[in-house]
Amino acid sequence: MLVRFKLNGREIEIDARPDRRVVDLLREDLGLTGSKEGCGAGECGACSILVDGVSKLSCLMLAAQLEGRTITTVEGLSAGEELHPIQQAFVNRGAVQCGFCSPGMVIAAMDLLQRNPNPERGEIRRALSGNLCRCTGYQKIVDAVEAAAGEMRAEA
Amino acid sequence: MREPVVIGTSLPRSDAPGKITGKEKYAADLYPEGLLWVGIKTSDYAHALIKHIDTGPALQIPGVRAVLTCRDVKGSNRVGVPEGDQPVLVDDKVRYRGDALALILAESREILQEAADLIKVEYEELPALFDAEQAMLPDAPVLHEKRAGKNILLSGVIERGEGRAALAACYALVEAEFELPAQEHAYLETETGVAWMDEEGVLEVVASTQTPFRDRMELAHALGIAPEKIKVAAPYLGGGFGGKDGITVQAYLGLAALHSQGRPVKMWNTREASFISSTKRHPARLQYRLGCRADGILHALSCRIVLDTGAYAHLGGPILEMAMEHAAGVYRVDHVYIEAYAVHTNNPVSGAFRGFGATQALAGIEQAMDRLAVKIGMDPLEFRMKNAVDRGDEIGSGVLMRNSTGIKACLQKVREHPLWAARREWEKAAPPFKRRAAGVAAGLQGTGYGPMIADIANAKLELLPDGRFRIYCGVADMGQGNNATNVQVAGEALKQAADAFEIWQPDTANSLPSGSAAASRTTFSYANALLGACRMIEERILIRSCNMGLGYHQEDLMLLPGRVRHLPSGKDIPLAVIAAAMTEAERLAVYAYKAPVVDKAPALVNSAIQVAGFPHLIFSFACHLARIEIDELTGEISVCDYLACTDGGKVLNPQVYEQQIQGGVVQGMGYALWEDFRLHKGEVLSKNLATYIIPTSLDTPDLISLPVETLEASGPFGMKGIGEISINLPLPAIANAAYRGLGRSLGTAPLTAERVLLALREESEEGCLC
Repeated sequence: MLVRFKLNGREIEIDARPDRRVVDLLREDLGLTGSKEGCGAGECGACSILVDGVSKLSCLMLAAQLEGRTITTVEGLSAGEELHPIQQAFVNRGAVQCGFCSPGMVIAAMDLLQRNPNPERGEIRRALSGNLCRCTGYQKIVDAVEAAAGEMRAEA
Repeated sequence: MREPVVIGTSLPRSDAPGKITGKEKYAADLYPEGLLWVGIKTSDYAHALIKHIDTGPALQIPGVRAVLTCRDVKGSNRVGVPEGDQPVLVDDKVRYRGDALALILAESREILQEAADLIKVEYEELPALFDAEQAMLPDAPVLHEKRAGKNILLSGVIERGEGRAALAACYALVEAEFELPAQEHAYLETETGVAWMDEEGVLEVVASTQTPFRDRMELAHALGIAPEKIKVAAPYLGGGFGGKDGITVQAYLGLAALHSQGRPVKMWNTREASFISSTKRHPARLQYRLGCRADGILHALSCRIVLDTGAYAHLGGPILEMAMEHAAGVYRVDHVYIEAYAVHTNNPVSGAFRGFGATQALAGIEQAMDRLAVKIGMDPLEFRMKNAVDRGDEIGSGVLMRNSTGIKACLQKVREHPLWAARREWEKAAPPFKRRAAGVAAGLQGTGYGPMIADIANAKLELLPDGRFRIYCGVADMGQGNNATNVQVAGEALKQAADAFEIWQPDTANSLPSGSAAASRTTFSYANALLGACRMIEERILIRSCNMGLGYHQEDLMLLPGRVRHLPSGKDIPLAVIAAAMTEAERLAVYAYKAPVVDKAPALVNSAIQVAGFPHLIFSFACHLARIEIDELTGEISVCDYLACTDGGKVLNPQVYEQQIQGGVVQGMGYALWEDFRLHKGEVLSKNLATYIIPTSLDTPDLISLPVETLEASGPFGMKGIGEISINLPLPAIANAAYRGLGRSLGTAPLTAERVLLALREESEEGCLC
């Protein structure tokens, strides 16, 4: 079927099987490999994308569900060479190690900071609890989201 | 002017921007044009002879392009370092459920499982072994016929002083037994890679691997191809932790590429396939007897360690050696008897996992130490301080602490910390239905390969024609940041800014073999080599500057960011100008570094254990403190506060250092509290991340990490490896706290709510009896 949606600010029209997983469509058909797959079962959060601004798991979504939606993947966050404040905070605060969970973490952080621009550390931990990381122990990721929130409030 | 990089500062990792924007290509992210997907058919039994494999029905499925069996493998069909005992595709019998019987090449990933289900295998089931103790019995079925020790892969004894006989002379003695489970690495990127035959008939493999150079030799042997006809590249890994130390999917990929009619192939394990086929941390049974004199000085230690090494050898031998070497912890003990066995069973293959055997042994000695402290009524920290080694002492396993030894400084840092000093008040302030307790643990981690395998790194550094530098990294970066750290090392050495460097991830065609990303030796060895290469390049730049008339004496010149300065005149020449005048050969420096080892091993262990790596020379040290709360209603243990004091030598980058400590501690907390890898007769029951519970962001507190910077003379800038030490102590620190809180030992791990609740129930029942 023909699926039409907005992806990182661009109109997309793509022929896909309706049951094609969105993570595969993004990674294989559209070459956007920033969204990772860590489990394929909605347990790890590495494939998180924003659907109409809300964090969703692209391994649990099918192509047909994209119709008419606005999708943002990690590739759509930075403007050219300039990183999004959340991404920049992840870099500066040492929140990236192997990096395989990082795109999903950034998406989860985006979702949180849109809803709550000034979260407590506990609220950040809660918002990220669906995203598994095996390298960092989470502390520096929480540091980064906290710092990004401050940065984004100052900019706003 | 751009600032030069300085050692000791938190320079943000150069790999982070590419990863955080999604631009970095991991092995999992490669989808070569026209690829075929590759999958395996795993065994339906844990131990069985293979009578016949019928691939016919699977081949009938539209989209299946080939189904290969052992008959299609031209080489030895064996992988595994050091033993080479694991079949690529089984040719005689299966020894665990993860053994591969057939390889499927198909047009889509979805077809793979469908095809695997249609491969008909005729088995003759054999009696199987799922318990290491039973596998050692004389009449146990044998897994590997060629193994002289039957199911014992390796065993050893360390005996010092009067050995076990000295136990009788102890003032106080404790006996304790612990069962430790398998631990799954659970890296986010499951085993994956792509491969193809290039125009020149060279097999090119890009894989998520900690060992590209070793993989190349293994592939050549297993598949019957000359090594020069194979290239292996290791892009950034999505986690490794030891689980990608050696062949995972590489041999399947190579075999598939040889039979794909010129098409590239890709394999990417599902999470379930990963859990079934990948290596685990060795399950262990530890039996300790530890005794001291009336003054609290340790007198005698006897322990027996049994590691379930699973179906194949993998690195079980060296891991057993490490367990023995660390079995007495950081303490002086005059009379010691350590016996240890690595035993085959039909369980999943046990292999390298951060800590590498030291983790299990330290869980044993550190819990025994706490029991003994309780028994003699001594403060656990003071008891440790009293018995801990200084430089120049031998630890109980007989290893001489020749190099930097900062364990007492680590203990002291914990002793001084308010979290320890004020623990009694904190414990007393426990809310209703909660118990609070504090526990400590101390330990060490031998770094490097030991004396038998040369730990050599070959750094390759190129001055580019534009005056920048390229570092050809020789060791894979599984996420720990060693290759970004190379920028900091070379930047400091050459006085250049971070953006003067580009880093090339290891591949066998362009980088030079520099060993595995393992053994806490990655930065230690490669950075030492890189410093040598920096000295060579610097000298050539300065000589060439003299050639170009910048000055007469080389000593008058110094490197600055992007330029060379003639100090007497203050005149600068840009590096780009100098580089442009140099030949390619001049701009390239290669430097080999061999890590020091103990040249003369003490004769107190059997030679097989020496061959497996005994003893190590350089150790990192740590003392951890856990403050926990036990919920009396649910049995749940929460870690409220955690302090890790670590002697990893000089800290090159505080941020990257903290990453290792925090990440290792949380992974260790998972091992201590939640990660319960369940098997039933060799079948993996914990098949996913919903049943195998790794820590989430909600489960752990903010940690405090305090470095103890002893300078290690042999390390680059005085550093020692810290990739592993952090994972060794959360389990014993938390278990020691739990022992104090519960007044009894669970004797096993993880300390799940269910087990704690049962212990609380036993306690209340016993209470009724009184």
